[in-house]
Amino acid sequence: MARVNIDGKDYELTAGQNLLQAVLSEHLDLPYFCWHPAMGSVGSCRLCAVIQFADADDERGRLQMACMVNVQDGMRISIDADFAADFRKQVIEWLMENHPHDCPVCEEGGECHLQDMTVMTGHTSRRYGGPKRTFRNQYLGPFIGHEMNRCITCYRCVRYYQDYAGGRDLQAFGSRSRMFFGRESDGVLENEFAGNLVEVCPTGVFTDKPFSETYTRKWDLQSAPSVCPGCAVGCNTLPGERYGSLKRVHNRYHPDVNGYFLCDRGRFGGHFVNSPARLRQAGAKAGDGVFEGLDAAAATERVAAVLGRGRVLGIGSPRASLESNFALKALVGDENFSTGVAAGEAALDQLMLSIYQAGGARIATTVEAESADAVLVLGEDVANTAPRMALALRQSVNNKPLDMAADAGIPLWQDAGVRGHAQHAKSPFFIATPAPTRIDDLAAGTLRAAPQDVAAAGFAIAHGIDGRFAQAEGADAGFVAQAVAALSEAERPLIVSGTACGSAAVLQAAANVAWALQGQGKDAGLLLAGREANSLGAAMLGGELTLEDALKRLAEGAADSVVILENDLHRRLDGEAADRALANAADVVVLDVLETATAETATLALPAASYAESTGTFVNHEGRAQRFYQVFEPQQDVAPAWRWLANAAITAGRNDLRWQHVDDVARACADGNPHLEGVVRTAPDAAHRNGAGQRIPRMTHRASGRTAMDAHISVHEPKPTVDEQTPFSYSMEGQNGGEVAALIPYVWSPGWNSNQSVFKFQQEVAGPLQGGDVGVRLIEPEPSPAEALATKYREPPTFDSAGLQWVPLHHVFGSDELSAHSPPIVERSTGAEVVLHPDDADALGLVDGQGARIAGAGSMAVRLEPDMAKGCAGIVLGMLDGAQVLPAGGAELSPDPDFKPRRAPEVIARG
Amino acid sequence: MSEPALIPVLSDEEVREIEAECAHLPDRKSAAIDAMMIVQRHRGWVSDESLSAIAHLLGMSVENLDSIATFYNLIFRKPVGRHVVMVCDSVSCYVMGADSLLKRIEAHLGIGLGQTTADGRFTLLPIVCLGACDKAPTMMIGDELIENVDAEQLDGIFGRFE
Amino acid sequence: MASGERPLIGIVEEVGGLVDLGAYEAHEGYAGARQALTGMTPAEVIALVKDANLRGRGGAGFPTGLKWSFVPQGEASDGGLKYLVCNGDEMEPGTFKDRYLLEYNPHLLVEGMIIGAYAIGAAQGYVFLRGEYHEPYRQLQKAIDDAKARGYLGQNILGSGFDFDLRIHRSAGRYICGEETALLNALEGKRAQPRTKPPFPPASGAWGRPTIVNNVETFCNVPSILRNGVEWYQDLGLGDDAGTKLYGVSGRVNKPGLWELPIGTPIREIIDVHAGGMQDGYKLRGLLPGGASTDFLVEQHFDLAMDYGTIQAAGSRMGTGTMILMDDSICPVDMCRNLEHFFAQESCGFCTPCREGLPWVEQLLTDIEEGRGQPGDLELLDRNAQFIGGVTNTFCLHAPGAIEPLASALKHFREDFEEHIRTGECPYRR
Ligand SMILES: Cc1cc2nc3c(=O)[nH]c(=O)nc-3n(C[C@H](O)[C@H](O)[C@H](O)COP(=O)(O)O)c2cc1C
Ligand code: SF4
Ligand code: FES
Repeated sequence: MARVNIDGKDYELTAGQNLLQAVLSEHLDLPYFCWHPAMGSVGSCRLCAVIQFADADDERGRLQMACMVNVQDGMRISIDADFAADFRKQVIEWLMENHPHDCPVCEEGGECHLQDMTVMTGHTSRRYGGPKRTFRNQYLGPFIGHEMNRCITCYRCVRYYQDYAGGRDLQAFGSRSRMFFGRESDGVLENEFAGNLVEVCPTGVFTDKPFSETYTRKWDLQSAPSVCPGCAVGCNTLPGERYGSLKRVHNRYHPDVNGYFLCDRGRFGGHFVNSPARLRQAGAKAGDGVFEGLDAAAATERVAAVLGRGRVLGIGSPRASLESNFALKALVGDENFSTGVAAGEAALDQLMLSIYQAGGARIATTVEAESADAVLVLGEDVANTAPRMALALRQSVNNKPLDMAADAGIPLWQDAGVRGHAQHAKSPFFIATPAPTRIDDLAAGTLRAAPQDVAAAGFAIAHGIDGRFAQAEGADAGFVAQAVAALSEAERPLIVSGTACGSAAVLQAAANVAWALQGQGKDAGLLLAGREANSLGAAMLGGELTLEDALKRLAEGAADSVVILENDLHRRLDGEAADRALANAADVVVLDVLETATAETATLALPAASYAESTGTFVNHEGRAQRFYQVFEPQQDVAPAWRWLANAAITAGRNDLRWQHVDDVARACADGNPHLEGVVRTAPDAAHRNGAGQRIPRMTHRASGRTAMDAHISVHEPKPTVDEQTPFSYSMEGQNGGEVAALIPYVWSPGWNSNQSVFKFQQEVAGPLQGGDVGVRLIEPEPSPAEALATKYREPPTFDSAGLQWVPLHHVFGSDELSAHSPPIVERSTGAEVVLHPDDADALGLVDGQGARIAGAGSMAVRLEPDMAKGCAGIVLGMLDGAQVLPAGGAELSPDPDFKPRRAPEVIARG
Repeated sequence: MSEPALIPVLSDEEVREIEAECAHLPDRKSAAIDAMMIVQRHRGWVSDESLSAIAHLLGMSVENLDSIATFYNLIFRKPVGRHVVMVCDSVSCYVMGADSLLKRIEAHLGIGLGQTTADGRFTLLPIVCLGACDKAPTMMIGDELIENVDAEQLDGIFGRFE
Repeated sequence: MASGERPLIGIVEEVGGLVDLGAYEAHEGYAGARQALTGMTPAEVIALVKDANLRGRGGAGFPTGLKWSFVPQGEASDGGLKYLVCNGDEMEPGTFKDRYLLEYNPHLLVEGMIIGAYAIGAAQGYVFLRGEYHEPYRQLQKAIDDAKARGYLGQNILGSGFDFDLRIHRSAGRYICGEETALLNALEGKRAQPRTKPPFPPASGAWGRPTIVNNVETFCNVPSILRNGVEWYQDLGLGDDAGTKLYGVSGRVNKPGLWELPIGTPIREIIDVHAGGMQDGYKLRGLLPGGASTDFLVEQHFDLAMDYGTIQAAGSRMGTGTMILMDDSICPVDMCRNLEHFFAQESCGFCTPCREGLPWVEQLLTDIEEGRGQPGDLELLDRNAQFIGGVTNTFCLHAPGAIEPLASALKHFREDFEEHIRTGECPYRR
């Protein structure tokens, strides 16, 4: 700590931090542009000027950029000094010379950091009389709009895109007062984290294109704290709604889960909420197979009737909330409930859970991955399956540069200095996967191998670290030796794996490595990715039936009816077999958000609310239960799935299930399951009120107001909808003080209308939120000794060279079911592909870009990948037009001369 | 992904010269400027195709290389004439009448700054101080520094360049 | 002054042009390097240069020996690579001294760099050369080749066990490349944006390794210090500074040119004696003492000695020591416009005051010069000058340097600016 006098008042600041960050951590106002909490300082905008005094007698002092000053004990500075204030005002005047003053039509308007800083510094009248420079804008793909004239040349975009996110195709061009930020020529910005540019850019150069297309004033957006349904990371988000449709998704800061950034699946995938494929009305299938609409009451009656008739199975879902899953499980009984994942994947989820519960290594958070000093990735292509993890992992390799900088006396916040000094030095990073990944550029060593060989390498690494762990035959000795050496040198090594490559052995191997390291006294972390937003929650809830069992019961007549919750069984196992089993049921009740193939087979289909229209809990990859709140009221008869189930239960006379509130369901869920006991602590319940006894407003204080809302029709004040389910109100009254961090519906602070205001909600910049933790970790096991763990996974896989084998691949754009219905994501999706090593393709007569016929999975495009593991045929799963599960048996493919590519590949940036 | 055959865009000699630079530098990307200057010495300018080929050869993105190219005054990303005429417009030459000299040269060549003569012979550009201020005004045609430029002698000066 | 007391270019006159290896060796060439490499420790060489009080000739006048001493040596060094870089970018308008050295006496630079490399323990050296310097390139490359053939460069130089390789990097042209950290980025093949300090180059420079950057003329001063010693060198200077200096004059004088004179020679002597005085019909109104980025000096300063301290005390900088004269036919407003056009053009575009402030200044000057000046324009110029000018206001010293001539012109020639605005025309164009 350092005692620093700021304008006559003493503060305790963190020594060695940059002064700007330290000042903001005290929640003081000091304008800035180019500094970013996640990216450090470069000193280019010159806005954060303060006066620094040499000593107590110094009266003039010296102008300094706060972001470039190291905090030291005994410093005396002034923010208010006339010269500093005047200089800051001048900086804005310079920046506004060329700024277009197009605020009325600018998407950033009202939420613009440049606007805020202009007002804050007091620059009000324009004196520059010369012509303004203009630029040509570029087409940057479906996600990002480009309006270069608004640029103030803070360099944040390139620093973020290149240095932070590892992108290559956005650059700074030119020099002097004609700096251009964009691509070399028009084209899709490839990096899957490009969307953060929207929030990183302090003005309106990089804009959210889907939002711009149906623009609404940002202060009129209604929002609530939410959680991304896109993958198992569970990034915290702020979806914004207006007039019943989801307009955009912004980042909601979480110190451990997602920090300041989202991936593009999360940011642009939310538009599935507005999709025409939404199921919006209840319907029952008549004799002719056509759905007939039902009102909500009638539909509820029908469900109640099904429940009262015979043996009813429940099929849950890892993409539905814990509450909805629990409601269904309670309704049908443990013995009749399946979590809705196929047996293979369910086993992997359980394995993941048991690895965590074994307590051999710390369960790492995503953000914590940034501080790992050595990383081993086994099997999982996180950039495609849990993208935000990849962004965090990308930062981990900077720890070596940071250490080198510390040795050289370079302040760690000195971004360019740290990078320049370290040159290409990186912390050790190793990746073993069947196919190349977009973080391979970080790796000191990569191993391209089939899952069983990846596992073998993992086992051998664990054995190399600690001989008590099982050895494996046939592992790549060079890779193993390198990884063993690097991990053994590390202090905070991190092992990353997941379920997406479909191999239990890979998971076991990852556990062994982490445990072996822990046994060596390392602070080892484990980061395991599940497949879906609530995969771990569903696994923790558990169900006695596998999905296959449930279908078998239906097929064999051992059950009469089934209720399927937010789950397209075609994405889980052989769709035709599923349809046959369902056809045997007397009633198939499907509750879903979208009209899926499974919903087509329903006898009764019920429209379920999306995550943005309901309140519930997801448990993320690290076992963190997180609450998402209803952002807006669903339209028509759309209702949260648990609500449909609860109403049906009440109608059916199930007095044990008389739930009125989602909180009631959560409470019941916690009561019934000791593992899930923490769920009730996830976030405050509906009764919560802020310090002033008020609800928390979903709309900002600046909202145009209720009377203005429908002013194009009539000026009147509609009665705000009463919200029984949450502590929020559908209004702008009340105080968004951020007293409870889990309930921050938007960030705003006087003078700070942009997302930069988040620092006012943090205890210190980039630190925890003031209002406590967001979410609770449900799994915090006692540590176990290594010797106990060394015996747990003894059986490494045996090497099996049985010709070409299928391996599952995923793509950030398209493999996830919900976001695949978001138009901008559709535009970026590669479509179904089979990926092969050129040698394997040659042997089969397959050619890049042409079609391959696949037994049991139709035809799809062939992509040749020189860096693919030989002997592996990767199928990109989950694409709307392709295979959802791997075909059974060995990989059999043949050329398909009739194949027509879905569309020209040039519109797709593969990254 | 299969890479398009970009390297043949560069001549063997260009590649050899670029590789020679790389051999003396800690990493290949450090040869970015040298490589572009080499290609420009051979071809007069750096076309998009050349740029991609160089980027590929050095293992960097085209964007990255173009970002560097667009920073420097002497890397031409548009075609130029056979001889680039660069007239000093900095202060010492200014004091010695560079402004009126430039007007004379423009009239002589029939082109303005940034333009190329119709016959492709000359491209006219401004240049900052050429380091011969005691012999102002100065200009450079191709590699040749011309000192004490006499506006009355332009015929003779330009006549030497075909 | 005998040529022996003109260690930089006396020999050029004696030889009558280019000093090739033979001529150079015949005039004690490489004796300094031999002495350093075979008879002294690196620490002794640094101490000698320090004691000689050699100050950097690139413009800032930083003590060279002191700079060299910042490079980690012995225990403090990690044993890795170190680099020695010569700044031969010379793009400061009005400056033409390094070109002369490179073109006519290139072995002097090579020898200076060998000694410097030995002192700091650098195995690799680079000369960062202006792209437009074609003839200097040819001469320097030949000198390097010849020196290598003769064993002055390469492995085990002069049997000392010391290895040093020297290469030329030809720049692609930007004034900012002369700023030493921007130069390092350019050398690394990147955009030449200046770097933040710390780290300072002696700790972490080219490719993240300890690096020393010195000007061409600075290195050229070193061999004779080795040969003749500290006292001899200090005695060359007239005032507080040591050694000789290349002084140049451009503008309306009878004999514009470049001379090696004792450092501290008075301005008036340089102009009247060496440059032959003003041409008939022209009167000297002001001058920029050391390149475009120095403040105007006027009549009252013309008797001052050209040394670092004296010129600084007069409110300007000695800079590169090559002065640009403004005679009475030149409009100060227009001359400032010319200068600020240059600096605005050459801004790297990284920081706001320079990137946005200088074009505004240029715009204001253009408006005033072309008769569109407004009453408040001078205050706007003052304000811009004030805020662009402070050394910590901008990221590097380009912008503060850029504003020096304007700020001083607003002081010394204010009535010219006012008249433009008052009359709506330039009196010099009347
Ligand atoms: C904008 C700018 C341009 C410069 N240009 C040159 C240059 O062309 N040549 C030079 O030697 N120094 C130049 N310098 C000074 C260098 O940064 C550096 O101080 C010098 O090369 C150090 O050498 P010295 O200590 O031998 O003088 C420039 C500085 C600035 C701020
Ligand atoms: S002052 Fe700023 S913009 Fe100007 S050259 Fe230096 S860093 Fe670049
Ligand atoms: S925030 Fe400090 S200079 Fe930009």
